Amino acid sequence: MTPSEERLAAAYALVALVALFGGMTTGFFQALEYAGLEIYPKLDPVIRSHYHSLTYHGVLNVLVWTTFFISGLLPFLAARSFNRPLASVRLAWGTFWLMVAGLVLAAIPLVANAATVLFTFYPPMKAHWAFYLGLTLVVAGTWLVTLNLVLTYRAWRAQNPERRTPLAAFMSLVTFVMWTIASAGIAAEMLFLVLPWSFGLMAGTDPLLARTLFWFTGHPIVYFWLLPAYISWETLVPRQAGGRLFSDPLARTSFVLFLVLSTPLGFHHQYVDPGIHQGWKLLHAFLTFAVFFPSLLTFFTVVASLENAGRARGGKGWVAWFAKLPWGDPSVAAQVLAMILFAGGGIGGLVNASFNMNLIVHNTAYIVGHLHLTVGTAVTLTFMGITYWLVPYLAGRTLWSRHVALAQVWLWFAGMLIFSPALHELGLRGMPRRTAIGHAAYLQADWKPLLPLVGIGGALLFVSAILYFLNLVLTATAGRAPAPAVPAFAEAISGPEYAPAFLDRWRPWIALAVALIVVAYAPTLFRLATTTPLSSPGMRVW
Amino acid sequence: MAQGLERRSTTVYLWELAWILPSFAIPVGMLVALAVTAFGAGIHLTGDQGRVEPQKVAEHPLFKEPGVVETAPGQYEVRLTAQIWAFAPKEVRVPAGSTVRFWATSKDVIHGLLVPKHNINVMVLPGQIAFAQARFDTPGEYPIICHEYCGIAHHTMAGTIIVEERKR
Repeated sequence: MTPSEERLAAAYALVALVALFGGMTTGFFQALEYAGLEIYPKLDPVIRSHYHSLTYHGVLNVLVWTTFFISGLLPFLAARSFNRPLASVRLAWGTFWLMVAGLVLAAIPLVANAATVLFTFYPPMKAHWAFYLGLTLVVAGTWLVTLNLVLTYRAWRAQNPERRTPLAAFMSLVTFVMWTIASAGIAAEMLFLVLPWSFGLMAGTDPLLARTLFWFTGHPIVYFWLLPAYISWETLVPRQAGGRLFSDPLARTSFVLFLVLSTPLGFHHQYVDPGIHQGWKLLHAFLTFAVFFPSLLTFFTVVASLENAGRARGGKGWVAWFAKLPWGDPSVAAQVLAMILFAGGGIGGLVNASFNMNLIVHNTAYIVGHLHLTVGTAVTLTFMGITYWLVPYLAGRTLWSRHVALAQVWLWFAGMLIFSPALHELGLRGMPRRTAIGHAAYLQADWKPLLPLVGIGGALLFVSAILYFLNLVLTATAGRAPAPAVPAFAEAISGPEYAPAFLDRWRPWIALAVALIVVAYAPTLFRLATTTPLSSPGMRVW
Repeated sequence: MAQGLERRSTTVYLWELAWILPSFAIPVGMLVALAVTAFGAGIHLTGDQGRVEPQKVAEHPLFKEPGVVETAPGQYEVRLTAQIWAFAPKEVRVPAGSTVRFWATSKDVIHGLLVPKHNINVMVLPGQIAFAQARFDTPGEYPIICHEYCGIAHHTMAGTIIVEERKR
C-alpha cells in the first residue's frame, strides 16, 4: 500500500460525499412536497421545479455517489488484499480526472435546468448534449478502473501462479468485470442513439430501443452498487464484529453467480412496455428468480459470520447472540442495520420481479419505497458505515464523535422504517412515483393520511444526514491524531484452501455470462434495431 | 492441526449444503407459483401490438377518433392517445360489469397509463401500441393517471373512468 492509493481513495470519497450531500438535501425537498409543504419557489433559481430537484436527487445519489465511492473504495481494498500497489498509479489518476471532467460537463446543463430528464433520461425527452457526453465519460472512466484492476491482478498472478486470488481482491474484480459487461447497454444507447441525436446528426430516435438498452444496464447497475456492500459485509464486518467469515468458498461461489446472472434480466423493468413479446419477458422473469439463488447464499454467509462473531463475544441461544454484536461501533451498527432493512428490500424486489404482481406496483410509489431500502439503505448506510473507518484513516485523525455517529445510524434506521413502508403502501393504493404529488390534480382520499409520514420519515433521514456530514467535517478539521488502523480482512472458518480451482477461472464464467445475455437479449435488440424508423423527434418539455 | 481443519471444514460443508438446497428450492417453487398464477389466472402483459408513427397517430385506424366503442354487449374498447399533458378521451363512461380493453399510444414523449386497483398499468411509448384490459364491476369514479414523468406539468395529466349503475 502506497500513499497514492490512499490519496486516490480520498479524492473519490470527497467527490462522492459532496454529491451525496446534494442528493440528500434535494431528497428532503421531495419528502416535504409530498407532505404538502411548498418550498421550491424559495429555491429559485438553484432549483426551478420539483422535477429539477428530482433530477438532482437521482443523478447525484444513484449515479455520482455510488459510482465515485465504489471506484475509489474497491481499488483501495483490492490493493490491500493483493498486498501490492495498483498496476498504474498514473492510469488511476487519469481515470479519476476523466470521471471528474465528465461529472462537471454533465453538471453544467443539470444545474442550468437544461437536463431535467431524471436520472433515467428516457428519450425522446431531450437534454443538452453535454449532459449525455458527461455521463458517457464517467462510464468510460469506470472501464479504466476495471483495466487497472485487471492489470494488477495479472501482475499478482504472474508471481502467484498457484494461489487462490485473495477474497476481497477477487470480489472487487468480479464487481468491475460484471459492471463492464453490463454497461455495454448504456454505452450503446449513448453512442448509437442519444449522442448523435443530441448533436443534431440524427433527426429522430427510438424510445423503446433506448429504454431497452438503458435497462440492459439499469438492473445490473443495482448489483454494481450492492456487491461492494457485500464485500464489506463478508470480508471486513466479520472481523470488525469480532468473528470470522463463515465460508470463503461460498462467498466466492455467490460472486461468480452474480457475474454470470446479473445482466440477462432487464426486461423485468419493462414488463409493461409495449413492443416486447411476453415470452421474452417471462424468460427474464425466470432469470431474475435465478439471481435470487446467489442472493440467498450471500444472506446465509453474512448471517452465519455475524453469528460466529456474536458467539465469540459470549452470545448464546438461537437469536440472543445478535444482541452481543459490538453495537457501540458505529461502523458495525450501520452495516448490520443496513442488512436488516435489506431483507425487506429483497422481499419487495421479488414482488417487483413477479410477472403478475408487477402490474400493481410498476411505476408507483412502491418502487420508491423499495429502492430506498436497497440503494438508499443497504448500499448507502453500509457505505456510511465504511466511511466511519475510512474517512478517519484517510484524514489521519480519529472519528470526531462516536456517539453522534451512533445516533446518526439509528436515526437513519428509524427514519427509513417510517418513510419506506409509507411509500410501499401508497404505491399499493395507486400513487404514481416521480410526480409532484402535493400538486397532483387527482390526489386520492386514501393517500392523504399516509403522505405526512413520508414527510416525517424524510425529515428524520435528513437530520441523520446532517449529523453524518457534521461528524465527517469535524473529523477532518478538529479530530485528533493518530489515525485509526484500517480493519483487517476477516479470516474464514472454511478458508480459500477449500475453494475449488474452477472458481478462480475467468474465461468460462465470462463466456457463460455473455452467452446468457445473447440468448436473453439478442433477438429483441436485433428486431428493434433493424426495424426502427428512428421517428421520434426530441423535445424539451420542462 | 490438519485433522482439526478437516473436521471443521466438514461441519461448514454440511451447513452450506443444508442451506444451498433450500436456497435452490425456494426460487424454483416461486417460479412455479408465478407460472401457475400468471397462466392460470389468465394474466397477460402487453406484448408486441405493432407500431404507429408518432407524427401519424391521427392516420392510424385505431387512433383516428380517440374514444370509447362498444364492440359487443358489455365489451368496450378505449382508443386512447396521450400527449403533453392530457389523455384523449379525458373521460370514459361504461356500465358496471363491463370488460374494457385499452389501446394506447403517445404523440410525443413517454407517458404511462395507470388505473389504480384495476390492474391497468402500462407504459405508453411513442411509436408503440400499448394494450391493457380489465373488468369494472363496482360503480364509481376512478382516475386514469399518467405515471411516467413527461414534463413540467406531468402531475396534471389525468382522466376519469366513470362506471355507471347498470340500467335494469
